[in-house]
Amino acid sequence: MSDVLDSFPLLLRGSWITLQLTVYSAVLALALSLLFGVLGTTRGLAPRAVSRFYVEFFRGAPALVLMFWFFYSLPLIGLRFTPMFAAVLALGLNYGAYGAEVVRGSINAVPKAQYEAAVALNLTPAQRMRRVLLPQAVALMLPPFGNLLIELMKATAVVSLVTIADLMFRAQQLRAATGETAAVFATILVMYFVIAQLLQLLVRYLERRTDRMLGRRPRKGQPELRTVAAGAPGVGGVG
Amino acid sequence: MPPTDTTPEAPTPEEAPKTPLSKTPLPETAPSKTPLPHGDTPGIRFEKVVKRFGGNVVLRELDFTVAPGERVTLIGPSGSGKTTILRLLMTLEKVDDGVIWIGDRSLSHMERGGRRVPANEKHLHEMRKQVGMVFQQFNLFPNMNVLRNLTEGPVHVLGVSRDEAVERARGLLDMVGLADKIDAHPSQLSGGQQQRVAIARALAMQPKVLLLDEVTSALDPELVVGVQDLLRDIARQSDLTLLCVTHEMHFARDISDRVLMFDQGQIVEEGPPEQIFGDPAEQRTRDFLQAVLAT
Ligand SMILES: Nc1ncnc2c1ncn2[C@@H]1O[C@H](COP(=O)(O)OP(=O)(O)O)[C@@H](O)[C@H]1O
Ligand SMILES: [Mg+2]
Repeated sequence: MSDVLDSFPLLLRGSWITLQLTVYSAVLALALSLLFGVLGTTRGLAPRAVSRFYVEFFRGAPALVLMFWFFYSLPLIGLRFTPMFAAVLALGLNYGAYGAEVVRGSINAVPKAQYEAAVALNLTPAQRMRRVLLPQAVALMLPPFGNLLIELMKATAVVSLVTIADLMFRAQQLRAATGETAAVFATILVMYFVIAQLLQLLVRYLERRTDRMLGRRPRKGQPELRTVAAGAPGVGGVG
Repeated sequence: MPPTDTTPEAPTPEEAPKTPLSKTPLPETAPSKTPLPHGDTPGIRFEKVVKRFGGNVVLRELDFTVAPGERVTLIGPSGSGKTTILRLLMTLEKVDDGVIWIGDRSLSHMERGGRRVPANEKHLHEMRKQVGMVFQQFNLFPNMNVLRNLTEGPVHVLGVSRDEAVERARGLLDMVGLADKIDAHPSQLSGGQQQRVAIARALAMQPKVLLLDEVTSALDPELVVGVQDLLRDIARQSDLTLLCVTHEMHFARDISDRVLMFDQGQIVEEGPPEQIFGDPAEQRTRDFLQAVLAT
């Protein structure tokens, strides 16, 4: 056990790589989610088809296979990626496909009356999306995005297979050197758990901010009418 | 939407509609103090308008005209097509046949290469500049405070500078009696306050035609009068063309020049409010008014 503790800095460096991988992949996945999710809600047949194709293809492909493909197959046709780049691309594309479905579903779940009010104000289709539908859809996206983010963080453990020295990679190294299998894996389980909790905190913070923007929580120093008005759930009725 | 050649009886835009649908702007006298739109108000004409939802024919070759600046109330039993008429005018629905005119331009169709073709988004955008709508459920944007609900359209659609839009929003909030709520969030307002903000939001876009769809029927009884008084003032002080759906007979009497009684997508009877409410000619109108008064 003390061997494991002596090598703790090694594990810390590994978790730093894991965190970086998670953040880069999440940023890519978020961008792809928004792009293909929004395309999936448009009227045009072509953009919707492109969105469908992306989602079906990359949701069905295991991140590990994608990563191997970027790392081992593409060099055969002269495209060489660093392991980090291949891993971020694979995870981003894979989780972006899940995220696009979340974005599409959330936009479609914004009450139709909001879309109609935006039409009545003569906003253009792009303005309706950017100024009315998307901001309201964010509140619906955040909880499933929180789940996906943690899924993504856990999925990064496969990158040790393309020689990236993440937390999992360091654990294997340490286990080989010390033979302390149980202690090593118990330690990194706790470390993955801590990273997951940090990500969860971030998502919770964003959820609170969005709720305040949408008037679902009292702002600082202002009592919310809905809690003051006697027995009036759904005062701000949506039609 | 059907191609043009299925409706040969409808006039092309060059053939002037039978009655003048555009009022020449009144010469500007004293600068108006109210933030309400004035001048150049268009009329409205429905010509053999057909609207179906699946197999359900809601409007069957409906014809009617609203003169520039005229204020018309639509009454009739639930399901008779009143909301559908307003939604067609707001381009939230498309006609299946026939033509809707706003002023001397067709709402549903546009000219291209001398032929009348279904309107595209650009034409709809152009036509919507003249029309504003207030909904039964207010439909304020919950992701914006009151001020931004009022400035978003003017700034991003009309291209008004932000300072000017804020100035105008202040004027409108003053008019609807909510100057102190400028920074409030819609969820912090009562239903009546939300509806007054929604009215101000529609007016901020300076429409020429205002559509009101049962705007007080979602409100608690004690809040109805305030909103009605506001609309009465607006009707009095502007020359908006007004189409109003309401079941409140007193309000309809005060606000309208003419009442149209609908049943099953057809006009059963029309006339000045005194006549329709005081001495209706049709049995169906009498039955309807009786039923409304009973509730
Ligand atoms: N989006 C829709 N889909 C299907 N049917 C509809 C839709 N909107 C309205 N209708 C039908 O059209 C008819 C007229 O409705 P509406 O215009 O709302 O009447 P009103 O406002 O006079 O009560 C009703 O029979 C209603 O069921
Ligand atoms: Mg209705």
